Amino acid sequence: MSVDKTTVAKIARLARINVPEERQEQLASELNGILDWIAELDQVDTDNVEPLASVTGHGLPQRDDAVTDGNRVDEVLANVPETASGFFVVPKVVE
Amino acid sequence: MSDLVEGRTGQWEVVIGLEVHAQVSSNAKLFSGASTDFGAEPNANVSLVDAAMPGMLPVINRECVRQAVRTGLGLHAEINLVSVFDRKNYFYADLPQGYQISQFKQPIVGEGTLRLDMPDGSVREIGIERLHLEQDAGKSMHDQHPSKSYIDLNRTGVALMEIVSKPDMRSAAEAAAYLKKLRSILRYLGTCDGNMEEGSMRADVNVSVRRPGEEFGTRTETKNLNSMRFIQQAIDYEVARQIEIIEDGGQIDQETRLFDTGAGTTRAMRSKEDAHDYRYFPDPDLLPLVIPQDEVDELKAALPELPDAIRDRLTNDYGLSAYDAAVITEERETAAFYEEASTGRDRKLVANWMTVELFGALNKSGQTLADCNISPVALGGLVGLIEDGTISGKIAKDVFAHMFESGKDAATVVEEKGLKQVSDSGAIEAMIDEVIAGNADKVAEYRGGKDKLFGFFVGQVMKASKGQANPGMVNQMLRAKLDG
Amino acid sequence: MSDILSMTAVEARAALDKKTISAVELATAYIAAAEETSSLNNYVAVTADHALSMAAQSDKRIAAGEAGILEGIPVGVKDLFCTAGVASTACSRILQGFIPPYESTVTANLWQAGGVMLGKLNCDEFAMGSGNETSAYGPAINPWQAGDGVDLVPGGSSGGSASAVAARAALMATGTDTGGSIRQPAAFCGIVGLKPTYGRCSRWGIVAFASSLDQAGPFSRTVADNALMMQAMASHDPKDSTSADEPMPDLSAALDAGVKGMRVGVPREYVMDGMDPDVVALWQTGQAWLRDAGAELVDISLPHTKYALPAYYIIAPAEASSNLARYDGVRYGLRVEADSLDDMYGETRAAGFGEEVQRRIMIGTYVLSAGYYDAYYLKAQRVRRLIKDDFDTAFQSVDAILTPATPTAAFPVGRTVDDPVTNYLNDVFTVPANLAGLPGISVPAGLNADGLPLGLQVLGRPFDEATLYSVGRVIEDAAGFSATPTRRAGGTS
Ligand SMILES: [Mg+2]
Ligand SMILES: [Zn+2]
Repeated sequence: MSVDKTTVAKIARLARINVPEERQEQLASELNGILDWIAELDQVDTDNVEPLASVTGHGLPQRDDAVTDGNRVDEVLANVPETASGFFVVPKVVE
Repeated sequence: MSDLVEGRTGQWEVVIGLEVHAQVSSNAKLFSGASTDFGAEPNANVSLVDAAMPGMLPVINRECVRQAVRTGLGLHAEINLVSVFDRKNYFYADLPQGYQISQFKQPIVGEGTLRLDMPDGSVREIGIERLHLEQDAGKSMHDQHPSKSYIDLNRTGVALMEIVSKPDMRSAAEAAAYLKKLRSILRYLGTCDGNMEEGSMRADVNVSVRRPGEEFGTRTETKNLNSMRFIQQAIDYEVARQIEIIEDGGQIDQETRLFDTGAGTTRAMRSKEDAHDYRYFPDPDLLPLVIPQDEVDELKAALPELPDAIRDRLTNDYGLSAYDAAVITEERETAAFYEEASTGRDRKLVANWMTVELFGALNKSGQTLADCNISPVALGGLVGLIEDGTISGKIAKDVFAHMFESGKDAATVVEEKGLKQVSDSGAIEAMIDEVIAGNADKVAEYRGGKDKLFGFFVGQVMKASKGQANPGMVNQMLRAKLDG
Repeated sequence: MSDILSMTAVEARAALDKKTISAVELATAYIAAAEETSSLNNYVAVTADHALSMAAQSDKRIAAGEAGILEGIPVGVKDLFCTAGVASTACSRILQGFIPPYESTVTANLWQAGGVMLGKLNCDEFAMGSGNETSAYGPAINPWQAGDGVDLVPGGSSGGSASAVAARAALMATGTDTGGSIRQPAAFCGIVGLKPTYGRCSRWGIVAFASSLDQAGPFSRTVADNALMMQAMASHDPKDSTSADEPMPDLSAALDAGVKGMRVGVPREYVMDGMDPDVVALWQTGQAWLRDAGAELVDISLPHTKYALPAYYIIAPAEASSNLARYDGVRYGLRVEADSLDDMYGETRAAGFGEEVQRRIMIGTYVLSAGYYDAYYLKAQRVRRLIKDDFDTAFQSVDAILTPATPTAAFPVGRTVDDPVTNYLNDVFTVPANLAGLPGISVPAGLNADGLPLGLQVLGRPFDEATLYSVGRVIEDAAGFSATPTRRAGGTS
């Protein structure tokens, strides 16, 4: 499983990081270095081993259905790069 | 009744599956304490969790979980005692986290069924594939500014149930019936208010066509339809479009399409989201959701009677027509109203008064059952007066109109307006004698064989009584006098 | 002033209560110390006004007899913690200027206990690094130097925290540890650092790196100070679904419990190529100290140890790629304007994230993408279970595990490596505890041939931090570690 420039471009697009064309080659080789090293895991026999997503022993705690938050528009918008009439503003989206 | 569609080259079968997003009825959002109220100021119902501020974490709302379980039970579905929340990763302006918390591999509810009672009296079972809990996205507005979109996160994080059907529907009408029934069940359960205008229910419609008996064709998904009418239009359009393409020798692209509400057409989404790669993985901020069987049992025991059961009772035990039963059970409030109004009365007569007079009047006035003047007991009272002969059916319509207007009960209206039926044989006889005396020529004609004139005499007597004479008695006594 | 800076937190608490010093004096001394050692670049912001007003409050509470357990103690905060009204950037350009209107649970607990906030400390960008060299503010420097006078890294990602505590520019500091980011810098800087059990400290309000691994913990100069700070930091937090509702024992009681009769495991797999021979020697010395103090040393095996690091470098980037998706230029932080939304995202994230962060996001995105999920992510999670199982088995026969904290002492700033994996190997001994969710402590235990500090690591059962403090205290006493770094505040150089 080797990453080439095209794959780098595809991943970069998925991750929404614009990677300049001239950096893609270098990045591909770095990622390959990491992936080759990670491939050590292939040596481990994991048949019949359940994946472990979390070490926490307890179940999911649930909260009551009460309105305890909201009405803090000032805080929500305090750090916003661009806002108008209480909305966040972004470049126009074409669906 | 065949649902096959006639093309230029032969018949086509339509295959439809629906993914319905139903907003869970709850006070607060799925993973934050912000309100779910509709119509607030922009970004007012937003917590720092909803705005995906750094370091903010989700904590699940118990009631949303219970609502999903109730809905699953109402759909006769399997409840998964262990389910998992996953992240669905994609970038969009109204998705602050950069991922939607949803359930992918292990949803809270598995397979179930939904019964459709078709107008011709037949019954169809539509399979439910799954139901999962997930977060709603925010709202993007594209018309406020020439080069900008405006984002409101009030909806962000509101709990949704995504209810996925099997591809079991074969016509737009069937899809509409499915949605209507699903909405009805959700409203009975109180798990979703079903308010489509406010977006509480939206459907993604998967449509494909095939030659009868062949494999499924390639489907398209038309997203986010928020009315029954749009759903039917979108399906009809897609069916015609797909058939035409195939008959012209083309192929259907599996794609996401948008519905143009103005034109009633669909079009492929312009931003063809680069090969949907959502990179689902279990949300490490959350743990598997474990629901004790006890809790499921408890929720099951507390479920209200659902429309299918009530409907069966109404047709089997009360003898109502399938149509009346369907109309009465569509809404929980209506069924409850009917149940109360008809207790101890002629069940069919009450059904008739409800579906014809009451619904007619509500329609005309734009009122709903909840805010109308007539209580179930009052409507039952009116039918009672008909049953015991106090008023005629015809008078009852007058009485009803007064009741609808004033909120008074039937007996009071009858009393105040003096509408009591005259069943005193002496009084009726006197009126008959008067009519016979004043119409000697007509009497002679009648007796000479002109039978049709009988109705004229009835009308004259009723007119003389101002409509209050007992029509049965008038008939009987009049015939005795004339024929005697 | 050098006297006041040499007090431990426990000593300072006593002095404050006896009113031989005031909290304002203490804060003033540390503000000056931070200034004096500013060339170490371990602070990204000294919040002097904050510190002095909090200290004044502390003095009032002390006078009123209402002192909390950290009353008046100056604490530095890793910039990964959100602090209300104070810029919190995770040392990333993408969060430049971000001022949270909220306080992380951990720091709120510290202030509740009377702690005084000195400022925000440098760290690797989004805690991704082992040398504090990926910070947007430039590298933090280790106050220790070898004879050649070359600047050394303080370790990472909590490098600023370790550097500041070692340099006496903070009496204690918060850190976070996702793969060793507390224990490794503690070892590099000759101080004590604890990574608590996963779930012990709330993650609420801490910028997330890898949610299933991240855990906040304390840095201090002594084991006793560390226990004091830990007592104040930890809490069960309903705002964090992964927070544990486990009672915290009185940690100060554990300090003098000793190790008599304790079984301490020595895992045979904790060795690697390129390990400093002094580290190996110190590890053996450490075993001898514990044996002398009455512990039984047990040879154990943790067979999947060598797979922990590659598994970690799948799981952590995968979670990070998703956790960092929120930094998109829409609601806070940096935005690079562009005509389309996608380009605004792409340019903002390209300009806002440094190279290492970008690399990890790319790896994480790749291992989760269609067709690779099973081969990478699920495989890593299966290996993760095997690693946890190894520890579960070991802890059936031992009470604690003794290992080196790091394979080597601190390395020079700017050391060039062509392969990112070389840097990742720093965490080889610390990562397994994160995957298994276990608590671990790093205690300074000696110097290597170059005169640089080395640490020993003790790992324990879940929620058994108390045992770590018992063992740590024995090591501390036996080591008698009294060396001090050259570039410390109030020092001679
Ligand atoms: Mg869909
Ligand atoms: Zn959905």
